[in-house]
Amino acid sequence: MSRMILRKMRKNQKGVITAVKKDGELGRRIRDMGLVPGTEITVQGRAPLYDPVALRVMGSVISLRNNEADFIEVEVQP
Amino acid sequence: MTAEFRIALAGNPNSGKTTLFNALTGSRQHVGNYPGVTVEKKEGVYRLEHTKINIVDLPGTYSLTAYSEEEVVARDFLIFEKPQVIVNIIDAANLERNLYLTTQFFELGIPVVIALNMIDAARDRGIEIKEDRLAEYLGVPVVPIIARTGFGTQKLMEETVRQAAKKKEWNPKPISYGEDIDSTLLDLEEKITAGNFLIDTYPARWIAIKYLESDQQIIDRGRKENAVLSAVLEKEVEAVARHLRETMETYPEAMVADHRYGYIKGILQRGVISHKYDKDRLYTSDRIDKVLTNRFLGPLFMGLVLFALYTFTFNYSELPVAWLESLFGQLALMADHLLPDGQLKSLVVSGIIDGVGGVLGFVPLIMFMFFGIAILEDTGYLARVAFMLDRIFRIFGLNGSSVMAYILSGGIAGGCAVPGVMATRTLRSPKERMATLLTAPFMNCGAKLPVLALFIGAFFSENKAQYMFFFTILSWTVALVLAKLLRVTVLKGESTPFVLELPPYRFPTLKGLFIHTWEKTWQYIKKAGTVILGISIIIWAMMTYPGLPEKDKEKFVQQRQEVEAAYPAMIVAGSNMTISEEEAAERSRMLAAIDRAESGMALRYSVAGRVGTALESVSFLAGFDWRTNIALIGGVAAKEVILSTLGTAYSLGGDNQDQSGSLGQVLAADPGWNPVKALSVLLFISYYAPCFVTVICISREAGSWKWGAFSMVFNTLFAFILAILVFQIGSLFC
Ligand SMILES: Nc1nc2c(ncn2[C@@H]2O[C@H](COP(=O)(O)OP(=O)(O)OP(=O)(O)O)[C@@H](O)[C@H]2O)c(=O)[nH]1
Ligand SMILES: [Mg+2]
Repeated sequence: MSRMILRKMRKNQKGVITAVKKDGELGRRIRDMGLVPGTEITVQGRAPLYDPVALRVMGSVISLRNNEADFIEVEVQP
Repeated sequence: MTAEFRIALAGNPNSGKTTLFNALTGSRQHVGNYPGVTVEKKEGVYRLEHTKINIVDLPGTYSLTAYSEEEVVARDFLIFEKPQVIVNIIDAANLERNLYLTTQFFELGIPVVIALNMIDAARDRGIEIKEDRLAEYLGVPVVPIIARTGFGTQKLMEETVRQAAKKKEWNPKPISYGEDIDSTLLDLEEKITAGNFLIDTYPARWIAIKYLESDQQIIDRGRKENAVLSAVLEKEVEAVARHLRETMETYPEAMVADHRYGYIKGILQRGVISHKYDKDRLYTSDRIDKVLTNRFLGPLFMGLVLFALYTFTFNYSELPVAWLESLFGQLALMADHLLPDGQLKSLVVSGIIDGVGGVLGFVPLIMFMFFGIAILEDTGYLARVAFMLDRIFRIFGLNGSSVMAYILSGGIAGGCAVPGVMATRTLRSPKERMATLLTAPFMNCGAKLPVLALFIGAFFSENKAQYMFFFTILSWTVALVLAKLLRVTVLKGESTPFVLELPPYRFPTLKGLFIHTWEKTWQYIKKAGTVILGISIIIWAMMTYPGLPEKDKEKFVQQRQEVEAAYPAMIVAGSNMTISEEEAAERSRMLAAIDRAESGMALRYSVAGRVGTALESVSFLAGFDWRTNIALIGGVAAKEVILSTLGTAYSLGGDNQDQSGSLGQVLAADPGWNPVKALSVLLFISYYAPCFVTVICISREAGSWKWGAFSMVFNTLFAFILAILVFQIGSLFC
């Protein structure tokens, strides 16, 4: 088990969100989409220019940009 | 006794609200497989025996703390207009995330009926939901439905009416957000109630929660109501926020959100959902994405799809378009024979048939194009296009969500800038939104498409699809470059985050595709029969009056007499006895030339002709002649008018002897036209002032008439400079 920020995750890697370190509008938007501590995520893929990233979250797919992924900390499975 | 209720359809984006709305009210509102299709509320009526139910379809929203413009529409409706019941549409395949909004309805206390939609899709994924348990634990009715087929909708309405008839008071459900927050909430609530603070509009606890979530809209409203009390509340929130930050490195709003999800998890764990397959199993949709959004194959496929669409549209629509053209040609000939010479005939043949017919002739092309776009939209592919292009759009100061606005405006050729401009509501940052809505009209909408098709067909007929493809790519490039220009000058500002849900791929229904295609095509036909017809008649009148003065007319009469005297025709028993065949041919050729000269002179003499000629002093730089000028001015009213006006101008101007030749053939044969000129005209048409309706829409969405005026002037200037460059440089080589 190790912690890292979402941006660093590899394709197909799984993990559980441990923190969303952002307040204000963007933080709220991220949480509204279901990205809260305790949520399991899988990196589904990345867009052609490596950004944005697509995540599998509770059965649906959500995409966000790398600089938004920077606020999300994940505990990943090795 | 008849009763009347007002209910609202609310839920997450793309959960099927509009599909249900259409099924219930028989409307044909736009449905599509991507989040944020509906951006305005729409109202319709459903009758259940003696009950009249007014149904309001709202834009989708993830949260009651509104984020973008269209979410504000949904929230304001729910809070200020207080429907008797909210029908909360939930995507059953996505229950956990969808219930997040539901908990916020509970906080508000508004009566809720849950429509558990898409149970067919959920079943395909092996998800089974025990709706009775869900209803029991949530404490509200839950009705499973399939909005697409109408399954369960009757029952849903019965349940809704039952709830509405109870006339329940709003009854907020107390959800716990952890000790720290809960005690603060109680405290705030007390102060709010004691101060009689906004509580005639919202429940006290809800106001307290919104203060904790720092919902800017509510806080602004509070400050206006009672600045002193608002400051006290803000200070208290500040204190708890500091405490949370120091002890747990978190924020009040994060705590609230976490506990909402906790509440949902608590319910779902009690045997509400059963998964038939492994939860981590890749769904079909994910497997498709492995290819279609692959870093290398994805862009390749995107280009291929676009190109295939053009090939399909242009190749297959060619024949029916030709049929329609010849049909209108026949019609014109018939009218020519039946009607006596004079103004009426000119109106019917030149004004109406050649004008409106030119526009209607392209119906098959429009239909094919819309059909193709409907497929892309309903499958869910367009959301992937937004995903793949976001990074590129960011370079130009835009956002992946701008892609949708572009495509709706005609980014794949065919579309309309009006819904495109409205679709920008999903963009959060006002500056980014402005840049998108000002550049969206550069796309080739359904009205410009026929003009493009006509010119391309006439001058570059070798590779129609390729040229069309080229013009599309060019439009995107122009829009992006100008957006960048705006973003570094008048529209400097921050960018919007790109947090977008990618919907699962779905099989479009045939019915859905046909409705989609037909609605758009019918709009085009209707517009041709009404607005375009009206404008065509006005323009015909401007091209006909004032007529030539008697003096000039006499000159032509004299010329005719001279010809007739030179070749005296004596007709005996139906055959020409006095002149040879060659002489007869020569005679009619000369007479026709005189006719042409007269009508050409008459057109120039008319109001429109004079305006067009006056403009030539500037427009010659880009190679536009006076006739084109007339058409371009008409095009500011509506782009279809360009076609109808050119049709009328060339039929009135009388350069074509063969009445049944289509406008494309006429232009191709005209010595005044060549490919360079055609290209310059085409580019100008693609990028100059948006049509009136779009300008009005831009002004409304931008909140000021100045932006509408700006788009007219800015676009026209840009288009004109571009046309001049192309014409001047092109002329050097040809
Ligand atoms: N399989 C299945 N698909 C459905 C059902 N209901 C709707 N859909 C599809 O779901 C997609 C979204 O439908 P819409 O009605 O546009 O959703 P909406 O909630 O109005 O979306 P927004 O206006 O963006 O908030 C469309 O592709 C529909 O065809 C259903 O019961 N079953
Ligand atoms: Mg909708």
